[in-house]
Amino acid sequence: MVFYLAKRLSASALILVGVTLVTFCLTFIIPADPVAMIAGRNSTPETREQIREQLGLNQPLPEQYANYVKRLARGDFGISYARKSAVGDLIASRLPATLLLMLGAIIAELLIGLPAGLYAAARRGETGDKVAMTLSFLTVSTPQFVLGLSLLYLFAYRLGWFPLSGYGTLRHLILPAVTLGLAGGGWYSRMMRSSMIEILRQDYIRTARAKGMSEKRVMFVHALRNAILPVIAMIGLDIGIFMSGVVVVENVFGWPGIGQLMWQAIQSLDIPIIMGVTTVAALFIVAGNFLADLTAPLIDPRIRLR
Amino acid sequence: MLAPVLAPYDPSEQFFDGLTLEGSPLPPNERFWFGTDTNGRDQLSRLLYGARTSLMIGIVANGIAVAIGTLLGVIAGYARGFLGAAIMRFTDLMMAFPPLLFAIALAAILKPGLAIIIVVIALVNWVQIARVIYTETTSLSEREYIEAARALGASTTRILFRHLIPHLIPTIIVYATLGVATTVLLEAMLSFLGRGVQPPTPAWGMMIFESQSYFLNAPWLVFIPGAAILIVALAFNLAGDGLRDALDPTQRGRR
Repeated sequence: MVFYLAKRLSASALILVGVTLVTFCLTFIIPADPVAMIAGRNSTPETREQIREQLGLNQPLPEQYANYVKRLARGDFGISYARKSAVGDLIASRLPATLLLMLGAIIAELLIGLPAGLYAAARRGETGDKVAMTLSFLTVSTPQFVLGLSLLYLFAYRLGWFPLSGYGTLRHLILPAVTLGLAGGGWYSRMMRSSMIEILRQDYIRTARAKGMSEKRVMFVHALRNAILPVIAMIGLDIGIFMSGVVVVENVFGWPGIGQLMWQAIQSLDIPIIMGVTTVAALFIVAGNFLADLTAPLIDPRIRLR
Repeated sequence: MLAPVLAPYDPSEQFFDGLTLEGSPLPPNERFWFGTDTNGRDQLSRLLYGARTSLMIGIVANGIAVAIGTLLGVIAGYARGFLGAAIMRFTDLMMAFPPLLFAIALAAILKPGLAIIIVVIALVNWVQIARVIYTETTSLSEREYIEAARALGASTTRILFRHLIPHLIPTIIVYATLGVATTVLLEAMLSFLGRGVQPPTPAWGMMIFESQSYFLNAPWLVFIPGAAILIVALAFNLAGDGLRDALDPTQRGRR
């Protein structure tokens, strides 16, 4: 177990190094010269040279990379072009809202996906199963901005059940969380279904049925407990999917998280923020994958700890 | 492809009678079947021309992604050793970037345009395919007939292209189909964020982006292109899933 952990941890660390290398390289293909951006149009060559030196852009590349990593480790992502404040602070101040939204989305997708998958597995091959599985395809084929705008129109504008946008109460959270989590709910229902079907084939389920146990008890007590675990183990991987989704969802619902920050940065081409959010998102994904690696063997001891 | 024949009007023509007297877009009516947008342009014509953009990007970008993914996956699966490990670690690394954010970062840095969008989406989408092909290749490479081919002195290129890739074709077809759905959604999201194809080229995501602020008063401007994206993505997802069941019954219902 310790060896397995060490191996997964070192793999994650290696990927993190790779992530910083990629983002570092990306900053070089930016057509705009950062020095010109900071110095302004009417600057003299001397001032530009001075700024170049201040930013360390006259040093050899490996040294620049080392400095870049050192700055990242300190949470320094540079200064936003448009807002003139530190990107690290901007991201940190908006992270709690995004994490709350992701938590809401995880709850939403489990509440949608698990019962739907259970239902489909219990009605395997019947109309109910087919309807549920077709719906799951519908959820993964719906663009999130269309879903978000539709929910907004129907439930917030027409019916007035939820506020149009904003942040703060549970009622503000429900629509964005459902929008972000619905596609995941579709995936979970498919996974839950195949996991249940797999379990229902096992000998111990046949034994339980042979004992004369009620179908309800077989499903909920014996099968569900084992079928749900591999599905739960996937939650860590959702973080990556959500990181893309929040840009769209937060923009539609006016949710003040890093997705909205990213959206505004995209409109004004604020490269330091775009790069900063991408890096932070990659950090979260690596952490999420590591979490999934961690929970998988705990949940299913049959997974070989290689 | 048939857009110019089917479309009733020019997609970028702004009609004098395309707006109400107050300057708001028209709801669907006899003259403009799907209504007009905020600039008084015919929504149906824009939708049809947008289908061209979306499908073209979807198919071409995904085709490139499948080609890159297949080639790298087969090489990594067959070569193993250092080269294989290097390629697979690189795909691990690419998996760490959220596709949309990475595509945005690339599209923000480069100048957005049709060719760039295709390249960006291909660069983001090949990873998944490479992993699947890699897994399949590793098990195929163990088979005796590959060993026999090698014993007969077949070159590596010959083994890759004559003996391995033909066996992978069912998988490639499935992912090529499913991938179009993902690609169309990604393109729609990019253009919804204003980083996709640039105006005046009509694209579905952009049609929604342009009318977003007007949405509560003119919901058809969002619902109609939204439904178009949904139908295309759903069609490719269902087709891909059907093909998977038909070609490869062992992989059902997996993520």
